[in-house]
Amino acid sequence: MRSLVSRLRQPAPSWLRYFRWNTDHKVIGVQYLVTSFFFFLVGGALAMVVRTELLQPGVDVLNGTQYNRVMTNHGSLMIFLWVIPVLAGFGNYFVPLMIGARDMAFPRMNALSYWLIPPGGLLMIASFFIGAAESGWTAYVPLSIRAPDGQTLWALSVIVLGTSSILGAINFVTTIITMRAEGMTMWRMPLFVWGILATAIITLTATPVLAAGLILVAFDRLVGTQFFAVAGGGNPVLWQNLFWFYSHPAVYIMILPGMGIISEVFPVFSRKPIFGYRMIALSSLAIAVLGMTVWAHHMFTSGMDPRQRIPFMVSSMVIAVPTGVKIFSWLATIWNGKLRFTTPMLFAMGFISQFLIGGLTGIFLAAIPVDLHVHDTYFVVAHLHFVLFGGSVSAIYAGLYYWYPKITGRMYDERVGQAHFWMNFVGMGLTYLPMFLAGLLGMPRRVADYDPMFLVPNQLASFGGFLLGISVLPFLYNAVISLLHGKPAGANPWRGLTMEWQTSSPPPDHNFDEPPVVSHGPYDYGEGHLVSPEAVPASAAGE
Amino acid sequence: MGYQEAAHEDTFRAGRALGLNHLKLGMWLFLGSEVMFFGGLIAAFLHYKVNNPTPETGLLDVGLVGLNTFVLLASSLTVVSALAAIERGDTAAMNLYLLVTIGLGTAFLGGQGYEFVSLYRDGLTLSSSVFGSSFFTLTGFHGMHVLVGVLWALSTFVRGMGGAYSRNDHLGVEVFGLYWHFVDVVWIVLFTVIYLI
Repeated sequence: MRSLVSRLRQPAPSWLRYFRWNTDHKVIGVQYLVTSFFFFLVGGALAMVVRTELLQPGVDVLNGTQYNRVMTNHGSLMIFLWVIPVLAGFGNYFVPLMIGARDMAFPRMNALSYWLIPPGGLLMIASFFIGAAESGWTAYVPLSIRAPDGQTLWALSVIVLGTSSILGAINFVTTIITMRAEGMTMWRMPLFVWGILATAIITLTATPVLAAGLILVAFDRLVGTQFFAVAGGGNPVLWQNLFWFYSHPAVYIMILPGMGIISEVFPVFSRKPIFGYRMIALSSLAIAVLGMTVWAHHMFTSGMDPRQRIPFMVSSMVIAVPTGVKIFSWLATIWNGKLRFTTPMLFAMGFISQFLIGGLTGIFLAAIPVDLHVHDTYFVVAHLHFVLFGGSVSAIYAGLYYWYPKITGRMYDERVGQAHFWMNFVGMGLTYLPMFLAGLLGMPRRVADYDPMFLVPNQLASFGGFLLGISVLPFLYNAVISLLHGKPAGANPWRGLTMEWQTSSPPPDHNFDEPPVVSHGPYDYGEGHLVSPEAVPASAAGE
Repeated sequence: MGYQEAAHEDTFRAGRALGLNHLKLGMWLFLGSEVMFFGGLIAAFLHYKVNNPTPETGLLDVGLVGLNTFVLLASSLTVVSALAAIERGDTAAMNLYLLVTIGLGTAFLGGQGYEFVSLYRDGLTLSSSVFGSSFFTLTGFHGMHVLVGVLWALSTFVRGMGGAYSRNDHLGVEVFGLYWHFVDVVWIVLFTVIYLI
């Protein structure tokens, strides 16, 4: 009632607030989600160009340099402007709600974190006009020193985006530590919040090292330093160390929040408490720590001392253990549950099956003899897309469907959502499974041309890729049509127990009408109470 | 509505229960990321120091830089004194100590500028060798951090003159102090790594 009165007093917020400097974490969250989805479409369009070029052997649509530019910017956009910021968007919108806070700890810095992203993205795209970055998203020296001017813009763009990530991480950790509601102990935090916490710790430790490395590259390009010039005593492998010290943990930056989303979706749609809550939370922290010790497994063929390879192989295999803990916990969660196969649940199931393939092939790649054989082949491309597309993007879609009713106040169209899932799932397998085969047979990655013996897997991959491209259309249709004509969702359409469902959809400016008091864990399904007796659920729009 | 004011007061309840101020925690996290940033640059420097020993290290003037190090260490002492002064409620003493801090920080930057100019005259430049590249990049980034610290000290001083801080409300001085001490500690590491070993 009170929220109704306060709402009637306030003028309806204008949609223009999404285009302005705004310090409300929910507005910033939507800004992140929409902006990064835009870059997902741009990166996806580049992927379509890549798959068109690879539809048949020979250099037909693009020449080699153009291909390198398209491929480089596809990878960079997808990593730095889609997966990382979209997960930060979920974090922005839902971490304060899930811990019962009013906003983030530093609202203005939060707005700054977002507003660094459009210029970062524009810098990267603008590089196409002056000779785009063309040395892969890994920017290995000396290629990235010799590349045209766009490579400098690329480095600046990644530094800007990294700054945004670091500021965001400071905000997340501070918010989670200092702003939890009464009764919201650390061990009552939803696992998505744990995932964001672990991710923020990785961002704080790894991202600054990438910034340092990029500064060395930029200096070599701009002011004539000798860091990577072999003639002057510089060492290109130093870049690989600095780069992978960030970029392997970056994989965990891109997957841990997604695993958090999955950990929200399974209990809700299984109507069961999550299995192994503490182990899932602790395994995220274990991955954050172990993730710092594995980077050189990317460099087995870079001429490192063979004795140094062994510890990195071992640590890379050990990090599969906390990941396995999560997978088995999720399986135990849905075991004997009362399952509801909604779109987010389907994407969560798809996540497990596809991420499992990505994870297991990661263990193959960690084994030194296997890696020496398949290094820089399509086997690696298939592995990383099973992790980042089958894993991260499935989790992102699960989150987008799961929280769509909360963010918009309306239900999406379930049939269209499920059609989207199946197109995505089939397209995913069709695109990336053949790449494992091509890679094992020795097809090198990052080349515009290939031997005719690889024709069949490449055609399968291209048709699968086009299906993935088309599969975005039902999602966009669903998102727009449901926003206009969807059924009102009510506060809690999934009957979830976490805090974000205990306020109206979309939540009011101040998130909760009464200071929330928490007296139980986030996944106590089947235990007879919905929320703590102390907490007063806000009146929901549409109820 | 009562709740909104109450909520505002109670926003950082969990942090207070832990004895953590959110601004200080945020600053500590930022400094943690800075440790990793300098860690990357120091790793690059050490890599080349070990693998490409060069006689150019003989150009470094340890005496001058040792004096400069003393200046920077002294500035940390004055920042501690400034904080102690405002904790007693002595605004005038705080402002004086901040002013001395600004002077010492500026003196350090002057010393570093003099060192850079001399080294350039002796032929050690950003592009003369990989030692020059890593030396100037590492010390240059530290110098930039000192510059930011001096500007921050200046803004703290101006606000202090305007009566912004008191015995019970001096978080701004404390957070500035955290940054300043960090920059000082980084220099101790750099001085050891570059000039002593």
